[in-house]
Amino acid sequence: MRLNTLNTPTDSPPAVRKTSTASRLGRLRTRLWKDRYLLLLGLPGIAYFLIYRYIPMAGLYMAFVEYSPFQGIIGSPWVGWKHFARIFEDPEILQVLWNTLFISFLQIVFAFPVPIVLALMLNELRNQIYKRIVQSVIYLPHFLSWVVVIGICTIFLKGNGVINDLLKNVFGLEPIPFLTDPDYFRPLVILQVIWKEAGWGTILFLAALAGVNPQLYEAAAIDGAGKFRRMWHITLPAIRNTIVILLILRLGHVMDAGYEQIFLMLNPFNMEIGNILDTYVFYKGIGQSDYSFATAVGLFKGTVGLVLVLSANYVAKKLGDEGAF
Amino acid sequence: MHHRTLGDRIIDMVNILLLGIIALIMLAPFWYVLSVSFASYKEFLQRDVVWFPREWVFSAYEFLFSSKSFVRSIGVTVLVTAVGTLVNLAFTSTFAYTLARPVIGQRIMLLLVLFTLLFSAGMIPTYLVVKGTGLIDSIWALILPIAINPFNLLVMRQFFTSIPNELYEAAVIDGANDLKVFWRIILPLSKPSLAAFALFYAVMHWNNYFTGILYLNQPEKWPIQVFLRQMVVVGEAQTALSSQILLEHAPPAETIQMAAIIVATVPILVLYPFLQKHFAKGVMLGSVKG
Repeated sequence: MRLNTLNTPTDSPPAVRKTSTASRLGRLRTRLWKDRYLLLLGLPGIAYFLIYRYIPMAGLYMAFVEYSPFQGIIGSPWVGWKHFARIFEDPEILQVLWNTLFISFLQIVFAFPVPIVLALMLNELRNQIYKRIVQSVIYLPHFLSWVVVIGICTIFLKGNGVINDLLKNVFGLEPIPFLTDPDYFRPLVILQVIWKEAGWGTILFLAALAGVNPQLYEAAAIDGAGKFRRMWHITLPAIRNTIVILLILRLGHVMDAGYEQIFLMLNPFNMEIGNILDTYVFYKGIGQSDYSFATAVGLFKGTVGLVLVLSANYVAKKLGDEGAF
Repeated sequence: MHHRTLGDRIIDMVNILLLGIIALIMLAPFWYVLSVSFASYKEFLQRDVVWFPREWVFSAYEFLFSSKSFVRSIGVTVLVTAVGTLVNLAFTSTFAYTLARPVIGQRIMLLLVLFTLLFSAGMIPTYLVVKGTGLIDSIWALILPIAINPFNLLVMRQFFTSIPNELYEAAVIDGANDLKVFWRIILPLSKPSLAAFALFYAVMHWNNYFTGILYLNQPEKWPIQVFLRQMVVVGEAQTALSSQILLEHAPPAETIQMAAIIVATVPILVLYPFLQKHFAKGVMLGSVKG
């Protein structure tokens, strides 16, 4: 992934010899005046980033004080790293941290490869109309909201839902408590992700596959290579780079286990294995107004995430591609 | 074309068949919800699984649309999606244009935008800012805190920088200032790209529920997704739809839930044919090169 953002030449004035502050200010003023319309256009955007992105970052100060709404953030007593220390002493948060990493890990192992396999299968289709129909259908769930996906899942799997009705009437089984038995929590979360996003995930791989020179296949076929040999020696190497880069970047996001989805799936029965860092911050901060501690947990997560993403990107770059940033 | 062996053909057949089955699995749950939402009360009670209703009735939909709270939440969502998308486009395109020109402080502004892709303050400090700006329980809370998606901003800027510089120069020689250039030249040129971003943002607003849960305490301001969560996931169809459910001849809660799912989804699916083309392009813009 590449964002060409920082290499546009700016025509800022070249470094100048010692000048008085006054004339430097004057030049700045001239420059501001010259760009006044551009700055005016950018004003809403600049205000947005300041108010809703950067002022909250200043608010992270809250993680280092014992916040009390009456004293305000600045007036609250300083407690330093106390809240961060609590993260590593509290068995509940250690459980939450573990849940986050475990669900994320399961997603990488089980959900990540599915789009690759789907893309390889789609790529083998010769009938373009059939290919387009299948593609359109498997993209579809991506556009449903998580509420709808989990709503449908709930309707199917609840005690008197479709699946349990089938189990009872066809196999004579007792209803299975899919939604309340913690054992089903993780498999359900993974299956939902696969159902919703697998088709969408094929886009990048299909694009990579479209770039393969078809003459390579013909040559290999003439040399007597079967379908699987062609796939192994031509198709897979062609998308290997894409796979590796996406995998590394996904690893950089192990602290994100799919916030909205998990929030909707949580209930009192699966809270212990399902609560992840993001939902924990919500319940602790918004639910119990323990602002300082929830902010500390959020900051911990954000910082680890930042380091992981930057390292992942560094590794991706080292592997010869361009990385994301 | 080269000769295809028998083995190749069998693999092809299996592949075609498997993909068909996968496509069916993707579609089946949605189809089921659709059929049940149209099933009659009697049929719903008699048959365990209704893939094709014998008769299609609209009672669940009639019931739903006679519920004031449901209609209101649809109204909120339509409003937020329309206004929100306009705000998104206005904020994103103007700032993207500023960043695409050699403006003073360009480098530092770009760095600050880029940094928000990597790190954010998190939920609680943001919540307190939203609270501090007086947006709690206002539908602006669903719009302003997500007025710009930094990734979209950078992609749009990339698009603007690809417009030939000669166009700007010619316009400036003709006496146009940056505002005029933006309005008269850049915007008309970027219509297709703006349409793609409009669709992106509209889907985001339509499907958004978490900001609603976070910032809106009053049920009468809930957008449809929050309403739906209450009705289907939390399972409080009764409370969500208020006292109506107690009326006689009400359709079963399940068919109403499924009808609500359909109503909350169909607007997006209507956009889908337009979406697909643009989305695929949008995803490809500024992402992995094969």
